[in-house]
Amino acid sequence: MHFRYKIEGGDFTNAGSTASAVKKVLKQLNIDPVIIKRTVVGIYEAEVNIVAHAYNGVIDVDIDENRIFARFEDAGPGIPDITKAMEEGYSTASEIVREMGFGAGMGLSNIKNNSDKLEIISQVGKGTTVEITNYFNSK
Amino acid sequence: MKVAELITQLSLTAFTGKAGLDREIEGGYVSDLLSDVMGHSQAGQIWITLQTHKNVIAIASLKDLSAVILVKGNTPGEEALAQAIEEGIPILGTQMDTFEIAGRIYNLLRQPS
Ligand SMILES: Nc1ncnc2c1ncn2[C@@H]1O[C@H](COP(=O)(O)OP(=O)(O)O)[C@@H](O)[C@H]1O
Ligand SMILES: [Mg+2]
Repeated sequence: MHFRYKIEGGDFTNAGSTASAVKKVLKQLNIDPVIIKRTVVGIYEAEVNIVAHAYNGVIDVDIDENRIFARFEDAGPGIPDITKAMEEGYSTASEIVREMGFGAGMGLSNIKNNSDKLEIISQVGKGTTVEITNYFNSK
Repeated sequence: MKVAELITQLSLTAFTGKAGLDREIEGGYVSDLLSDVMGHSQAGQIWITLQTHKNVIAIASLKDLSAVILVKGNTPGEEALAQAIEEGIPILGTQMDTFEIAGRIYNLLRQPS
């Protein structure tokens, strides 16, 4: 099963719609609720990062019987220091974005804590690709 | 405790009318940082916040929270309200500040029923 979503930078009103769509699909597939919850957190945060930090992006979600794989590819400024970006509390979000409650610097650590596999590849001045995998029978 | 009962006990405003009044409140979470709520709230909790925009409802829905309470007389944005009604997630309001409303709810939820 494959889905593709397009995301525009700055479009906060629709942030979360991919996570919401994926949640519905996983529920229909009777996936373990604990795994659905974890997956939803990761997808939400990666989606919001495109909205908050990049210009635009494409999300590809692939689901088979063993796992869900989500790939977030954006055109944007990229991340100069991924290790630093992963630190809880580190954020380059603007003041306006922070006032809305985004930009707590917890997004990437939320993704890390809620995924079985996380890969981030970034090129400064070009964009960022985030890949999340969660297995359905990972106990 | 049901949302409807909490409204009565604490004289809360229900911005969303009848939406979600029979949802069960199993606890609470207090935060104005969206990622904090995303990462650490639990299903069934009522979320106490001063954030009023639509993303609050997106998170409440994704996390299966029971309701949202806006403190200090804050009112929901139009889009937040429409979304909340559509999803059946109550948005409630109080004049109390976060400390006071959280304390009240804490006591109510821990009373033997
Ligand atoms: N897709 C992205 N493009 C560019 N920078 C990003 C992206 N995702 C994350 N970052 C950088 O990593 C930092 C930390 O991200 P995160 O932990 O999600 O916190 P927040 O989004 O709240 O700032 C961001 O502030 C930003 O500098
Ligand atoms: Mg983020």
